[in-house]
Formats: sequence, C-alpha cells, structure tokens
Amino acid sequence: MLSVSDTIIATEGIGKTYGTVPVLREIDLRLRPGAILGLIGENGAGKSTLIKCLNGMVAPTTGTVYFDGKPCRSLTVANAIARGIVTVPQEFNLVNDLTVAENIFLGQELTSGFGLLRRQEMADRTQAILNRLNVTLEPTQRVGALSVAEKQCVEIAKALTTPCRVLIMDEPTTVLNQREVKTLFQLLRQFSQQGTAIIFVSHKLHEVRAISTEVAILRDGELVAQAPTSELTEADMARRMVGRELNQLFPELPAAPGAESAPVLEVENVSVPGLLHDISFTLRQGELLGLAGLVGAGRTELAETLYGLHRPSSGTIRLFGRRVRFHSPADAVQAGIAYLSEDRQGAGILTDFALTANITLTSLARYCHPFISRREEQHRAEHFISRLAIKTTSTQTPLRHLSGGNQQKTAIAKGLDHDPKIFLFDEPTRGIDIKAKTDVYRIIHALLGQGLSGIFISSDLEEVIGLCRRVAVMRSGRIAGFLEDDQITEEEIMYLATGVKA
Amino acid sequence: MATTPSSQNQFIHRLRRLAASQGPYLALALLLLVCAASSPAFRRPQNLLNITRQVSYSGIIALGMTAVIIGGGIDLSVGALLAFAGTVGIMAMNTCDNPTAGLTVAIVVMLLTGAAGGAINGALVTIGRLPPFIATLGTLSIFRSLSLYLAGAGLTTARHDVFMQVGGAVIGGVPLPAWILLLLTALGAVLMTCTKLGRHICAVGSNQRVARYAAINTGKVTLITYVLIGLLAGVSAFLLGGRLGSISSSTAGNAYELDAIAAVIIGGASMAGGRGSMTGTLAGILILGIIANILDMWGVSVYLQGAVKGVVIIIAVLLQRPQNQQA
Repeated sequence: MLSVSDTIIATEGIGKTYGTVPVLREIDLRLRPGAILGLIGENGAGKSTLIKCLNGMVAPTTGTVYFDGKPCRSLTVANAIARGIVTVPQEFNLVNDLTVAENIFLGQELTSGFGLLRRQEMADRTQAILNRLNVTLEPTQRVGALSVAEKQCVEIAKALTTPCRVLIMDEPTTVLNQREVKTLFQLLRQFSQQGTAIIFVSHKLHEVRAISTEVAILRDGELVAQAPTSELTEADMARRMVGRELNQLFPELPAAPGAESAPVLEVENVSVPGLLHDISFTLRQGELLGLAGLVGAGRTELAETLYGLHRPSSGTIRLFGRRVRFHSPADAVQAGIAYLSEDRQGAGILTDFALTANITLTSLARYCHPFISRREEQHRAEHFISRLAIKTTSTQTPLRHLSGGNQQKTAIAKGLDHDPKIFLFDEPTRGIDIKAKTDVYRIIHALLGQGLSGIFISSDLEEVIGLCRRVAVMRSGRIAGFLEDDQITEEEIMYLATGVKA
Repeated sequence: MATTPSSQNQFIHRLRRLAASQGPYLALALLLLVCAASSPAFRRPQNLLNITRQVSYSGIIALGMTAVIIGGGIDLSVGALLAFAGTVGIMAMNTCDNPTAGLTVAIVVMLLTGAAGGAINGALVTIGRLPPFIATLGTLSIFRSLSLYLAGAGLTTARHDVFMQVGGAVIGGVPLPAWILLLLTALGAVLMTCTKLGRHICAVGSNQRVARYAAINTGKVTLITYVLIGLLAGVSAFLLGGRLGSISSSTAGNAYELDAIAAVIIGGASMAGGRGSMTGTLAGILILGIIANILDMWGVSVYLQGAVKGVVIIIAVLLQRPQNQQA
C-alpha cells in the first residue's frame, strides 16, 4: 500500500456514526496525485458520507484525514476549499434567476476597490472556463433556461474557478448523454495529467472502468477493496459491491410479439409545435419498445404527449384501434396509460406523503364510497409492498425516509394501481442502486408477461439493449430510426442519435 | 439507509412528534388553565361563551383559510369580501317587505356573493396564473372599495328584526355562531382527512407538479379552495351582520384575514402548503381569542394586544421548526 507521505489525500481509520448507527468503519484510503479513483458501492454503502468526510461537510467520529501527507485536524468546508478540495455535488446548487457567470462567481465575486462588481472580468474568466470545458454556453445566459446537462457544466465550471487539487464528483454522469460523458472524461484525464486527484462516484460500472485508474469499493460502510482498475472486471466490481454473485443483470428478453399480436398503440404523424415532429410508431401487445436518444431529443416530450400533458397540433393517436384525444393526464389514465416520470422527486412522488397515500394518489376515486376507505388503501399498499418488494418500516412511512430504489418502486406502484394497459417508463432506474435496478427490470419483465405493453426510455444504453427487442431512436424531436434485435448495439443507437447515420 | 434508532432515541423522537402534532391543543389547554387560575372573571361561563362568539366570525373564515393554505395558496381578500357580501346582502334584504323572505334573500345573496368573490380569486390564481398574494391583495382593495361605494362609506342597516334575532340566537346557552363554527370545523375535518378532494388539496399544496402528473385537475382543486373560503366569508357576513344589525362598509371584517392566517399557522399548518388541520385551526383561533380576552381582564392596553398576538404567532412557528427541519 502507498505510504501516506506519497499521497495527496488519505484517510486512516475514518469512521462515522450517526446516533448509534455506524455508516463508515475504519476506512483507509490512499490517493496519489493524478489518480482517478472510481468510488462505487450500493446506495447506503457510505459513499456520500465518505466524500463528506473528505470535503469537510461532516466531521468523522474516528480517524484522521491527511492532506499532502499531513494530518488535518477539524477539516471544515472553507479550509477544504482553501486546500483545493473541490466537490461537484449530485444535486445542483445553482440560482436559476442568475446568469451563468453570476452563478459561477456566486459568493466569490470579483470586486473593484469601491466594492463594485468587475462584471467584464468575471464574464471573461467564465468564458475562459467554458472554453476549457468545451461547452457552447454564454456567460450571460440565465441558468434557469438551461438544460440539465448544461446546468451540470455550470456546476463543474463553478468548481474550476478555485485551484483544484482534489476534484470530487458525485455521480456526475447520471444526467449526461454519451457524448457529454465523453467530453467530461477527456476533461478529467486532462486534470489528472496536471496532477489533480479525482474521486469519481458512480453507479455505472462501465464508466468507472473506462475512466478510473483505481477503484475503491464500499459495502455496508466498509472499504472492501481498493485496487487498480485493470485488476477488476465489471463483474468483479458488482460482486464485491453486493458481496455475492449477482444473477444475470437482465432477465431473459420476452418473446417477440408475433405479427398476429394486436397493436395497442398506433401513433401516426404526431407533431407538437416546438417539441415533436411527425412521430409515427406502433406498439404491440406485450411489447417493450425502447426509446433512445440524447438528452433533449424529445423522448420525455413524446411520453408526456402520450400521457396528455402536451396537445398534438396534428397527427392521430389510436389506442386499441380507437382514436383518442387527451386533454389532460386524467384522460390518459382513464384510457389505460400510466407514466413514470424521469423526475422522481419533482413530478413522480410526494415525499411528505405516506407510502399508502402515494400509491393511491392517481386512483383515489376507487377508494371513495364516498369517504376514503383507509382499510382498502392499506390493503392495496400491502399488496404492492410484497409484490414489488418495497422495503419500508410501515405503510404509513413518509416517502422521504425511503431509499431511491424504494421510492421508485412506489412510483411504479402508483402507476400500476390504476390498472394501465400501457406503461410509459421514463428513466426508471435513474439514481437507484444495482440491486434496485435488477428489481425494476424484473418488475417490468413480469408486467410484460401479464400482457402489459410498455415504452422504455433510458439514457443507459446497456439497459435498452438488455431489455428491448425493438428500439426507436430519437433526434431533435423526430424518430431517426428503428432498430430490431441484433441491430440494437450502442454504436447503431449512437449513429442514429447523433445523426451520423440517417 | 435504514436506521434503527435506539429505544431511548425513539422515545424522545415520539415525544417530540407528539408535541409537534398535538402542540396547538396542548398550548390551548395550558392557556386555559393559566387564565382560569389567574382570573376569576375569566372563568365565568358568560365570559367563556363570549369568547366563543367573538372568535366565531374570523374562525369560520380561518377554516376556509386552512384549505387555501394547505392547497399552497393564501387569501388576503376575505375580510373585505365579508364586508362586501354583507353590504350587498343587507341591501337585497331591505328590498323585501316580508321579514322571512328578507332573511332568506340575505342568506342566499351573502353566500352567493361570497362564493362569487372566491371564484374570482380562484380564477385569477388558476386561469390568470397570478401569485395568490398579489391576486387577493388586488381583490381586497376592490371588495373594500365596492362596499364603501355602495354604503356611502357608512353602515348598511337591516330593516328586519328577525335578522338580529337569528344573529343573536343562543341555543342551549351557546351562541349560534359558535355552534356553526363547531359544525363547520367538524365538516372541514372530514373534508380534509376523509375525502378525495381533501387529499387532492394536500397533494396540490405539497407539490403541484406531482399532483398534475397524478392526473389531478390541479386548477379545479385550487379554484374550489378559494370558492370555499369565499362561501365561508358569506356565512361569517350573515352571522356578523345579524349580531350587529348592520354591516359597516369601512370596518366590518377588518384584519379578519390576518387573524385567520395566524390561526391556521398556530394550528400547525405549513405556510408552504401540504400540511395542516381544521381542528388545529380551531385551537389556533381559540388561543387568539383567549389571549385577547385575558389581556382585557388583566387590564392590558388594547393597543398592546396586537404585540402579544404577534409574539404568540412567532413563538408558534418557532416551536414548529424542529419538526420542519427533520423533513
């Protein structure tokens, strides 16, 4: 093992206990300058806590953090930043009403001797950083108007204003498409060559393998391995994270719906001004149609249109052969469509509501005679808890106390509770751990077996390839092409998504 | 991450939760004990009944405010709407020669005016997409100004005594407005906890976008809360007008919206929406009424009562904070 004196940042016997619950135990981490460390582990394994011990947000209960080989007593956020330990958080800390440059210099504004802002200089320096990041953003753009991926670029740019010796990124690729991930990786390598150590937290093992020079694996608060990336396969990483052999990640593909299987959803030449252009496709009974494309290609907009949130200006939508026009989600629900939003906390679930009230939110009318029957609600919640293996202390637990995976299962239960015929899954595995992911795959698989049809939107191409026999690839509001069975590869999808191949 | 707090932590946690959820009722009980112990005049039954009457008018409005605030809105116009509905209602009643017909006309006109005023607020917020604070600040000015104009800035006096008899009615020793407040609290509690509409109001207030994606007609739900509070302003106008025999276009309902908002907050609702209760609001309005009354008994200047009220509101919110931070 590397000796502490050769490291840029290291820990010795770091432990953290909340109340009586240990979340981190005896972590000995060593990081040399220029290393790119992939930090992996299931949700709740202690990744976030470890990061917070390194950037001063949390004071460890035991152990010591070393910086440049010297022990740091009482590391605070301010002196961590002063030492060049910079964190790009998973959740954005941006003010939507300010411009890119104003956000980047928020709290560290450049001022002249009279206390006036030196706007031009801040704009110039912002531009310089943006150029370095290779993104086409204007320093004067309002952050509220940016896409999620662009916001992340701003967040990264913000981290780069201070001299950075240790860069910590908490799941930075969750909201990025492949091209953006590539750009990010180039940038990280560039930093690494300049001697910056990088800690890269991710759920995506193939990305960890692609970018990192070494891997640290946390399980239940313990560091179970720190090893050079070249010594570990993805399967090794997954196995060590969960501490047992993972069964095959994806369930077997469902049988291809035969030509005799009835079309349940026929979309013809549907356009929504500014969002969708001339969309046509057919979904068959029991089929899971993949919907791939870059962020902003119109996948979510297409799902939202099918769910009655946008009104098409032209074209027709047929459900079970009958033409439908939805004026609201209520119409779509009535017709048998369920939608799982990509924005779980923002549009999917009520974090302050109990598990039960979330599950029955859309379907509440059927529990009213005329007053809500709590017994029936309870019964239904228990049904879904066992059917979808939701881990919760009770049916009345507010959802904010549940893990991301269990929140997502609850959101799926909410959709299932109004007995849909077609389920639109929009990024169903975003931000949930591997165990929960495989659960979600199994749930979807089981639903298809029961005759449900689905549309599966995901930026994780492995998923799309592993779950779908047919994929529609979108680009700037249009369907760029369809791929079937053996044609479905990451390359083919990216060709269509980026327009290399029409 | 699943946490298993130790039994001692769990006990403290439960105790805190109990204090947070039962806080308004505990505070009310404590206040009653202190006041009754400190002042013989306070604990006279007649005095207690007077308090219930005094709080009824703004209390009825506070019930509507509970629904509006839980739904993520606010209504500043209700005090002015009370004056407007009362003025219009008494004017309509005075056109009838028959007392019974007059009384009926008064009830119907006041309720309809209140509901219509609420519907205007609701439409401004939902269809007009105005922030509720701004929309109802505007209508506050409009309703008050219209009643001043209609009444020539003075009183609108009822010509039928039966109006006063109803407004001053006492049933089983308890004033009619207090009975109505109690009844409406019970109905409101059932509405909020046991019906689809109540659940939907909470959902819209908790996160409007989630509610919309859950196929809830969020505009309709919001509109209903404003119609509801307008209707209750009409009820309050009828009872207050009946008690006094007239409605003053300049002072009737003054600052009722503020008392109502204060009661809702003291009653444990979240200003951000999504959380609150009708019975909590009832406790809140009683706390405000008792404080005003006991200060009178103690001979504290009327001018200082507002300061005490302000302190109580601030303390109530401060006490609720630990619970909010856990979220």
